[in-house]
Amino acid sequence: MLGYVLRRMAGFLPVLFVIVSLSFFMMRLAPGGPFDQERALPEQVRANIEARYHLNEPLWRQYLRYLGEVGRGDLGPSFRYPDRSVNELLLLGFPVSLTLGLCALTVALTVGGAAGVLAGLGRNSFLDYLTMSFALGGISVPNFVLGPILMLIFALGLGWLPVAGWGTWKHLVLPSVTLGTFYAAYVARLTRAGMLEVIGQDFIRTARAKGLREATVVLRHALPGAILPVVTYLGPASAAVLTGSVVVETIFSIPGIGRYFVNSALNRDYTMVLGTVVFYSLLLLLFNLIVDVLYAYLDPRVQVR
Amino acid sequence: MQTRQWKPILCMISLLIFSLPSFSPGAEEQVFRINNMVEPESLDPGVVTGVPEHRILSNLFEGLTTTDPRDLSPKPGMAASWTVSQDGLTYTFKLREARWTDGKPVTAHDFVYAWERVLNPKMGAKYAQQLFYLKNGEDYNKGRMTDFGQVGAKALDERTLQVTLRCPTAYFLDLTSFYTLFPVPRWAIEAHGKDWVKPGKIVSNGAFRLVSWVPQKELVLEKNPQHWDASDVKLHKVVFIPTDDINTAYKQFQAGESDWIPTVPPAQLDTARNRAEFYVSAYLGTYYFRFNVTKPPLNDLRVRKALSMAVDRESLTKFVTKAGEIPTSTFVPAGMRGYEGVKGLPFDVAAAKKLLAEAGYPEGKGFPKVELLYNTNELHRVITQAVQQMWKEHLGIQVDLTNVEWKVYLARQSGLDYQLSRAGWIGDYVDPNTFLDMWITGGGNNQTGWTNKRYDDLIAQAACKIVNASDRMKTLQEAERILVAEEVPIMPLFTYVNKGMLSRRVKGWHPNILDQHPLKYISLER
Repeated sequence: MLGYVLRRMAGFLPVLFVIVSLSFFMMRLAPGGPFDQERALPEQVRANIEARYHLNEPLWRQYLRYLGEVGRGDLGPSFRYPDRSVNELLLLGFPVSLTLGLCALTVALTVGGAAGVLAGLGRNSFLDYLTMSFALGGISVPNFVLGPILMLIFALGLGWLPVAGWGTWKHLVLPSVTLGTFYAAYVARLTRAGMLEVIGQDFIRTARAKGLREATVVLRHALPGAILPVVTYLGPASAAVLTGSVVVETIFSIPGIGRYFVNSALNRDYTMVLGTVVFYSLLLLLFNLIVDVLYAYLDPRVQVR
Repeated sequence: MQTRQWKPILCMISLLIFSLPSFSPGAEEQVFRINNMVEPESLDPGVVTGVPEHRILSNLFEGLTTTDPRDLSPKPGMAASWTVSQDGLTYTFKLREARWTDGKPVTAHDFVYAWERVLNPKMGAKYAQQLFYLKNGEDYNKGRMTDFGQVGAKALDERTLQVTLRCPTAYFLDLTSFYTLFPVPRWAIEAHGKDWVKPGKIVSNGAFRLVSWVPQKELVLEKNPQHWDASDVKLHKVVFIPTDDINTAYKQFQAGESDWIPTVPPAQLDTARNRAEFYVSAYLGTYYFRFNVTKPPLNDLRVRKALSMAVDRESLTKFVTKAGEIPTSTFVPAGMRGYEGVKGLPFDVAAAKKLLAEAGYPEGKGFPKVELLYNTNELHRVITQAVQQMWKEHLGIQVDLTNVEWKVYLARQSGLDYQLSRAGWIGDYVDPNTFLDMWITGGGNNQTGWTNKRYDDLIAQAACKIVNASDRMKTLQEAERILVAEEVPIMPLFTYVNKGMLSRRVKGWHPNILDQHPLKYISLER
């Protein structure tokens, strides 16, 4: 197992190399630069700044310099925030994005799981149709629509929660729900499908024949089998929640990595864009690995070699 | 097996609990919360260039002069008094007894050090030009001179600063209240490098001092009890919130999470203006279109004039921008001390049609495809659409609209890769020069390809040769007349307004043309 993990991690390097190289050159192809602004800089001032950040060197040398720095784990200084390094900003933003992501996943799993179980048990009942309609809604409504609606109702209308910001548990509720709804809907559909498959099987009939209470049958015997597809989905979902909080972080003014990602691309903050891309790539690769390992652990039919 | 399946979820829940951030304390009295709309780029006076940074830094540090909260005229700051020589070139500032937050005295050397730092080419300061007014300042920044002793900034003693200018500059005392000219603490910068602006390390000399700064979350200042004017400062704490989503920012204000937002989402204007918290006032800025005079058909003066004269600016501000913007066909905003202003081109459809016919396009026939460039933004979209419609209706010509992302827009404009483009200009200081010297031949902000010898001469004369204030203003007027009525490389549309929402609790806050509100005059009512 350890050998497998190490081999997979060694495989990360060429992937990251390709990602860094592609992003580096794509970023440089975009028109405009980090120091373009409405108020044009005097020629000499611009030259001074470019010299300071080595932007006056030929592109290939800048590229090699950057590769060397990334190799040492240094993502460089931010062009936009000259007092801070990219590493520092990512380290500040990651715990925030992680907290938000985990809360959103919790929403997705609890709400989605419960809805899926209920829908699966009462197939074609009113409850089934109701939850599945909600699930369809959850998948269809984009978070930049859902977020402001929730804000209007719970922050401005009822005054229960703050509009935006970060700091207390109250600040977490609306963004987590906004971010988690899509995944909750997906989890609900997966759980329902899993439930339908499991509930008709022999061992469930046996459990019922033993005279077990229905709750025990469902929770102890049926559910573990039913949520296997959800576990498979958990890997990509976790990665997607962590890297996909860009919109939610912007709407709710949350100091996570997603906001830097968008803003730095618009600002042509080269090092910050590349740093975020490297970080996100690493995260995605890691999550895929974790899912593969986890799956082998949960399902005895799968073996890692 | 059964318990195993819940492990990942349990893990997550526990992780979640441990990673929850700590609670922040509730609101106290005299806490002013400003939505600053964006994360400040830096807190280093030598580094920053933006308005959001100005809102913070002008309270955290203090220059030789400060600004009056009503009319922004210079008032004593670190300098208790000053004298100006007859020729307007030498300023001698007498510093007051003031201390940095670490207890060290503020001296004339701190200013000289700060100015050398900004002008030093190695620093790569973006706003170095703010110090080009000093004698030899520009040469030092360009590396043509390496001895800072030759530059016009000298500490005669601990508390006397002598400044020698390149030219008599009528607005120099306005500039000394600007952050690029603030003093900085050499010892702190040398000890901590670029980290010197972080909480716990920063040393400052303003009416407020830094408490905390979490990027993208909030920045907190508190009253600096050591400041020379501390007894007049009423606020205890100021919180700057960097919400960049304008709609969210507006909702935060509505929910009482901030006391001031310096803008209103265009879609909310109609409802916002009916609220008591809404404010609007003239701003030192002009919204205009640039013509690329190097490309046909806009190299033809008659076409440029026709386009400009066919736009009904009154309707534009009344029905499209709607916040009370002031329609204008001149470039320098009205209300500049001692400047009378000139007559721009009138709205005259018949004359415009005639000019267009003379240029070879009667009733717009045969007019080539022309593209109007703007950066992606809701307001620019509706404005350009309205003007497009007016041209179609009044002149019978079709202009295509192209929206591009901000940086692309900047690159295309400065590379003259456009025909028509929308633009805005906000003055740096209260003097017509900040609107006019940008149009000289080859000026970095000209970006129209326009060049006019007489205009260049007039600007140069006003900058350095004329000492008499009213003669200088007349010279600038003549220059503006060439710009907006004779040669027309641009077509001004309206004067910007500040629009925003201010809590009714806030006192001591006065509307002014730069939307600057020194916090030391502000207080909150219960």
